[in-house]
Amino acid sequence: MIDLMLLVTIFFAIAMIGAALVAIRVKQISIAMLAAGLVSLLASVMFLFFAAPDVAMTEAAIGSGLTTFLFFFVLGRVRGDQRD
Amino acid sequence: MESAMDFMGGFLLLAGASFLLFGGLGLLRMPDLYNRIQAGTKTTTLGTILVLAGAAFLHPEWGLKLLLIGLFLLFTNPLSSQVLARAAHRGGIEKTPETMVDKLAEDFPESIAKSTTSISSSSNKIGDKS
Amino acid sequence: MAETFITFATILSGIAFLLALGRFLKGPSTVDRVIAFDVLTVISITFIVLSALIEERGIYLDVALVYALLSFLGVIAIARYLEGRF
Repeated sequence: MIDLMLLVTIFFAIAMIGAALVAIRVKQISIAMLAAGLVSLLASVMFLFFAAPDVAMTEAAIGSGLTTFLFFFVLGRVRGDQRD
Repeated sequence: MESAMDFMGGFLLLAGASFLLFGGLGLLRMPDLYNRIQAGTKTTTLGTILVLAGAAFLHPEWGLKLLLIGLFLLFTNPLSSQVLARAAHRGGIEKTPETMVDKLAEDFPESIAKSTTSISSSSNKIGDKS
Repeated sequence: MAETFITFATILSGIAFLLALGRFLKGPSTVDRVIAFDVLTVISITFIVLSALIEERGIYLDVALVYALLSFLGVIAIARYLEGRF
């Protein structure tokens, strides 16, 4: 069982590095923000695997939910002026 | 009796994980955005609810919390997939050539025309390829 | 016997996570990536429930509850941004 959890943690760490590379390499800003939200989601699950459920809950609420919502809200407001 | 509950819970866990696997496979292999939405969200909703049911069989004292998670998933996941499909349809993402009917384009032709002009004026929204 | 079932379910969910991550890396349009993000969130809920089964701690399910509530808000915000209605 310990080996299984270690394997899953390594898998999530590699996926997190991939999502971070997407976030810094892609050209469009919406995809970069989406990839940043994915990094936060994987970080939250890894906090849970390291037996810290309170930190994982805070990261899920703020990092993955509120930050993505706020980024897209502000980007929609800023782009709304340029479109008209 | 105890082992029967264990077997039932394990079977439900395996069934749910298989549904998740088929959902991921359909998400990677389907030819079209709308088919991907169909394959991705419905299958993973059913798979996650089956996994929650299996966990409730293995640990009956967690039943209330698992039921609450399942209810939230059942309410929110089809809603988000429907909103995304509507945004993609208004953004004018092309369908696969095998598509036979498109009832939404028949019902609201004026909204499609209006939104495609606004999309084409702002070029870097949905329709572009990266 | 239950541990074997949990192990196989974790492996199958890991393969599903890998396939959805492939669609996230590949996806031609933005909506493809948003769908892959949604699917990855739902598979993460499955991973949280499986880890609660492995460690046998029921407190982990609260994180899954927060995810089931909040992924919805993020996806609604992204869809409203893509329609240009903020």
